[in-house]
Amino acid sequence: MSQQAPNSDPGMRVELSGAQREARLRFRRFAQEHVAPHAGGWDREGRVPPELIGRLRENGYLGAPLPVEVGGGGLDAITYGLLTEELARGCSSVRSLLTVHDMVALAVWRWGGRELKAQVGPHVARGELLCALALSEPEAGSDAAGVQTEARAAEGGYVLRGRKKWITYGQVADLFLALTRCEGKLTAFLVPADAEGFSRRPLGGIVGTRASLLAELEFDECFVPASHLVGRVGFGLSHVVGAALDHGRYSVAWGAVGIAQACLDACLEYTSTRKQFGVELAQHQLVQRKLTNMITDTRAARLLCYRAGYMRQVGDPGAASETLVAKYFASKAAVRAANDAVQLHGANGLTEDYPVARYLRDARVTEIIEGSTQIQQVSIARNPPGEL
Amino acid sequence: MNDRKEKIKQFLSKLVRNHDLKDDEDIFALGFINSLAALQLVSFLEKEFGIAIEDDDLDFSNFNTLNNMDALLERKLATSAEV
Repeated sequence: MSQQAPNSDPGMRVELSGAQREARLRFRRFAQEHVAPHAGGWDREGRVPPELIGRLRENGYLGAPLPVEVGGGGLDAITYGLLTEELARGCSSVRSLLTVHDMVALAVWRWGGRELKAQVGPHVARGELLCALALSEPEAGSDAAGVQTEARAAEGGYVLRGRKKWITYGQVADLFLALTRCEGKLTAFLVPADAEGFSRRPLGGIVGTRASLLAELEFDECFVPASHLVGRVGFGLSHVVGAALDHGRYSVAWGAVGIAQACLDACLEYTSTRKQFGVELAQHQLVQRKLTNMITDTRAARLLCYRAGYMRQVGDPGAASETLVAKYFASKAAVRAANDAVQLHGANGLTEDYPVARYLRDARVTEIIEGSTQIQQVSIARNPPGEL
Repeated sequence: MNDRKEKIKQFLSKLVRNHDLKDDEDIFALGFINSLAALQLVSFLEKEFGIAIEDDDLDFSNFNTLNNMDALLERKLATSAEV
C-alpha cells in the first residue's frame, strides 16, 4: 500500500471555491428575501409577477451563463447550478423562467447567425428580451421529431404555420425558439412575439409549476426574416434545440436538487417541533429513516450535478451524457423527497398552510420536462457516460 | 490514417460499437449518431482540435465521414492560422 506524504496533493477534491461559496450565499439571501416567502401566493395566483422578473434581471440572473463579453453574467457552470438550486429551493416556477430563458439564450448565442446575434444577442443576454422554447405541440411531446409546425421559404424569410402547446413563460416571452419542419427537415427559428401572424393564449388548469405563465401559441402564416433561422435547415433538433435541451436538463437537475433540499428543510423543521406519542416526530425511527433517505438522496443528486457541472465547465464531450444521469437521478430524488415530505407532514402536508404539497406537484414536473424519466432511461442506456 | 482521423475514430468508437469505421463511411447513414451524439461530436472536435464550429459549418457533409471531418478541420485550422 502506498503511503501519502503529509502535504502531498490529495487528488480528487469536491469542494466549492471561495467565490462560489460567496455566490451561493448571495443567491440564497436573494431567494430567502424575494422568492420563498411569496412562492405559495404566486402558485395560487398562477403567475410570477413582473416585479420579480425585473429583480432577476437587475441582479443579472437572466442570461447568467452567457459570457460577459456578450452581455451575460459569465457564471461558470457550477455557480450557475448553485443559482438554479437556490431559486428552486424557493420557487420552482421562478427556476423554470431561468431554465427556458437561458436554454434559448445559449442556443441563439451558440448557433445564431451574426445578424441575429447583433440584433437580439445583448438584449437576450441581459434578460431585457425574455425567451421561451416553443417545442411541444398538441401531438408532439416526447417525440420532438414529430413536430408538425411547418416553415416554408418566402421572399426575404420564412413563413410559419402551426401550433405549440405547454410553452413555459409563453404568456410573457418576447422571443420564441420554435422547432419546425422546413423542406421536410427539422429547423429552428427565433420568432418575435410581435411578428405578424403570431398569437398566444394563456394555458390554465396546470397542477405543477403553476406560476410559470404557460401558453399555447399559434403561428398563422407568421413571417420571420431569413436572419431568424437559427443554425441551418435540418439542424434544428440535433444541434440547436439539442443544445437548448442539454442546458435545460442541467438546469432542471439543479432545480430538482433545490426542491429536494426544500423538502428536507421543511421536514427537519416540522419533525423537530411537532410531537406525537409524547416526543418529537424526529425521535421516531421510521421518521428518521425517511429523513436519512432524503438527506442521502439530496446529497447524491447534488454530487451528480457537481460532476456534470465540472464536465460542462471544462468542455468535456461527455458532459451531455453526464447531465442526463444527473437530471434522471435528481428529478426522481426530488419526487421521492417530496412524497416523503407530504407523508411526514400528515394531513398538514395536504394543505396550503405548508409548502410540501407544492413541492410534490413541482417535483413531478421535473420528471416530465426536458425529457421524461422514461426518455432519460432510453437515452442514458444509448449514450452511457464514460469512466468515472 | 492521419492523427486527426485516428483521434476522431477513437472518439466515435464509443458510439459506433463493434464496427471498424472506414474513412469514407457515412456515420449518419449507419444510424449510430443520435442528436445527443451529434452534440457531443461537435464538443469533441472543438475541444480536441481547438476550433470553433459555427452555424456556417452546419452541413451534414462536414460531419458524415472521417474524411469530411478531417477536411473541415483542415479548413478551420488553416483559417485560424491565418488570423
